Amino acid sequence: MNAKWIIGAAAALTATSVMAAGTNLDAKTAEIMKRDFQDKGIALASRVNQDELQTMCSKYVDKLPVKLKAKMEAGQLATMKYPADGKYMGNWKAGETLAQSGKGMTWSDKADEPAGGNCYNCHQLSVKEIAYGTIGPSLLKYGVQRGDGVATQRHVYEHIYNAKAFQACANMPRFGQMNILTESQIKDLVALLLDPESPVNK
Amino acid sequence: MNSKIILVLALAASAAAIAGEETDSDKIAQYREMISDGNPAEFDEMRGAELWKTAAGPNHATLQQCDLGKGPGVVKGAYAALPRYFKDTNKVQDLESRLVTCMTTLQGMPEAEIIARPFSSETKESDISSLATYVVGQSKGVKMAVSVKHPKEKEAYEIGRRLFSYRAGPYDFACSTCHGKSNVRIRMQDLPNFFVKKDAQSAYVSWPAYRVSQGLTRSFQWRLNDCYRQQRFPEPKFVSEATIDLTLFLAVSANGADYAGPGLKR
Repeated sequence: MNAKWIIGAAAALTATSVMAAGTNLDAKTAEIMKRDFQDKGIALASRVNQDELQTMCSKYVDKLPVKLKAKMEAGQLATMKYPADGKYMGNWKAGETLAQSGKGMTWSDKADEPAGGNCYNCHQLSVKEIAYGTIGPSLLKYGVQRGDGVATQRHVYEHIYNAKAFQACANMPRFGQMNILTESQIKDLVALLLDPESPVNK
Repeated sequence: MNSKIILVLALAASAAAIAGEETDSDKIAQYREMISDGNPAEFDEMRGAELWKTAAGPNHATLQQCDLGKGPGVVKGAYAALPRYFKDTNKVQDLESRLVTCMTTLQGMPEAEIIARPFSSETKESDISSLATYVVGQSKGVKMAVSVKHPKEKEAYEIGRRLFSYRAGPYDFACSTCHGKSNVRIRMQDLPNFFVKKDAQSAYVSWPAYRVSQGLTRSFQWRLNDCYRQQRFPEPKFVSEATIDLTLFLAVSANGADYAGPGLKR
């Protein structure tokens, strides 16, 4: 009986100390990040400070417990901003130019240069462009399958504005939420995906 | 001299050919094959070897007594066991941070002066980068065996693992965003998955490397620095603990593979 009790207590202590060590290492990692990075160009040291979503996705290596995932997604959805004019579609030609550009927000980019959409870095979009990345799904013929109804337009706008509202730890940046792209640039990308004349749907 | 010029010309022509067409992995593999008897990184290795044995700094000393973990003056195989814990500094150090220690203690060079030129540029070479190229070349063919036995090494590994998945910045990127999945690429560039042993090994053992597109030999510290640039992070300080812990995590992921650098990249 005694031996069992002692083993139980010892196990509990070990578990506690392992958890404590993990928490300490999380704290130490955060300290190191704050100490070991410096401003360079437009990339200020404060960029290492995480918001709650970034903290949680880091902690769980992108696999959030179900309840936490739902909570995070709801939080992101709540801060979504929609176009004041109620229109979601812009110009697909401007969208294609944006999709091709991988520029923006690195310390070697200039503050006054417009950021690109970085789309082809991770997605296949048109038949013509063969140098496409594969981190994200292929979006080839995206509009052909879905049409360009308002509900679809709105959904695509939301996804580009903040993909984390639908998949908390998605790889895709929050282009609207984090002020990477403007409202009008996002509209141009919606058009690139949905306009029947866009190379995506040809 | 002549062979050097011919090699450089051949490289420039090949680089132009590669830039003109899509830079897919097959072409790069062919290109590697083509110049397999002569990686231009060898010039940087020779420069580093010369620096190693040349008296320099206020103490007019060479680096020949530098202890890279295998004892004073032992360069052979040292890189394949770095980063590691060093008793004299009571720190885990990677190759470049250890070189800084040797240059300050043996040669009396001010640390600020060394750190001021961490990487080579088109106009000026970096001594510490060339020294690193020389040292890694002396581990070619040596099995990677980076230790996590010392408590500080174990802690560095644990922190490095966390740094690898640390998401932040305007794009929410972590290292793992691009290097945590198999068979993916950015544009045409294949990306190694560091959670898969085989991928981690082939990626890690091929750095430092000569970058054809830049015409420069690049150190591992540079590799991390440019990854963080593309991650939209601020700049990691040269030889900071963050870079060393992350390097140790990646190096341990490559344990068991034969070190193959300096490598050759597009």
